[in-house]
Amino acid sequence: MSEQKVTFRVFRYKQGDTAPHYDTFTVTVNERTTVLEALQAIRRDQDGTLVIRHSCHHASCGTCGMRVNGKEVLACVTNVLELGTPTVTVEPLQNAPLISDLVVDMGPFYETFSQAHLPFVRRSEYLPDAEVAEGVPFHMRFESCIECGLCVSACPVVASDAEYLGPAALAAVWRVVQEPRGTEVPPLLDWVNSEHGCWRCHVALECSEVCPSNVDPGGNIMALRQELVRRALGLSRG
Amino acid sequence: MLQETRVLHPVRRRGWKGWFAVRKRHLGYVAFALNRLTGLGLVLYLIIHLVVLSLLARGPETWDAFIELAKSPAFLLLDVILLAGILFHGLNGLRVILVGLGIGVHRHKELFWGLMLLAAILLIFGAWGFLVV
Repeated sequence: MSEQKVTFRVFRYKQGDTAPHYDTFTVTVNERTTVLEALQAIRRDQDGTLVIRHSCHHASCGTCGMRVNGKEVLACVTNVLELGTPTVTVEPLQNAPLISDLVVDMGPFYETFSQAHLPFVRRSEYLPDAEVAEGVPFHMRFESCIECGLCVSACPVVASDAEYLGPAALAAVWRVVQEPRGTEVPPLLDWVNSEHGCWRCHVALECSEVCPSNVDPGGNIMALRQELVRRALGLSRG
Repeated sequence: MLQETRVLHPVRRRGWKGWFAVRKRHLGYVAFALNRLTGLGLVLYLIIHLVVLSLLARGPETWDAFIELAKSPAFLLLDVILLAGILFHGLNGLRVILVGLGIGVHRHKELFWGLMLLAAILLIFGAWGFLVV
């Protein structure tokens, strides 16, 4: 496996700093090295004060979301050499409180997201022909959204409207409208049918471009709007 | 008894500058940024237009002098730029309305290029009208 040196320009900020700055590190990588692995190598071998957050290493937990070369990605599945740049710039997500270096406070995101009452699993979209193991009544599928916050970081409307509910929460509401499973839908629709709700979206649709789980938040926001219009016209079947 | 305290951290939010941060972004974002830019440009034009119309109150000589200026090639080129802004803003706005109503959400890029082709054709005709006829 061939190795080469890549320069990492890493965003640095510690609480109490007057302004953030960038530190430069050189890391030896091979064709399999991910950005997360390179950052772990920096933390292990060069600067133990670098703060990063990660868990699963396979795009399942959503904790290592960050901006790499100006684009929101999951660092654990972003190959360094495939970026094709001699210098890789790594920054934390935007539109979220910054705790330290590459870690942001996901608390406000989760607070908004949880108001959608999205269940973690659902019955729909499982393979009807799949064999069900003994003792398991039916297959369930985990919800696609991994709550990484990439869509919120990439949205230009969230950038200028702190009250906007954001693509993740709106997409979650649409999922609940599709499959309420006991949740009261009308209050949720009232919640998103507002100035800072689904009508605030201005169709940049970058949320759907950066989503690592194919949730398609932008499409879901438009579906919510259609549902609201249908209900306003008395055409909804729900 | 433990009391929960919450540290307020600074939020990295670009504000309106985020509208134009198109580097590494996709077509929808670029179209969003251009729509804002042309929208601001059209508002600026409206203000300039009203100021120019106020020249009428200064008498025929002032107005005739302005008309002479308005016939110059450089001024007509500004008209072509204005037309480009109107066509982009109007036709991309049509795309935003359609997609915003759930029509062509997953074909929004094709819709954009189709409408921009129409904008280009109309701009060529318009520019020909301004500069040649």
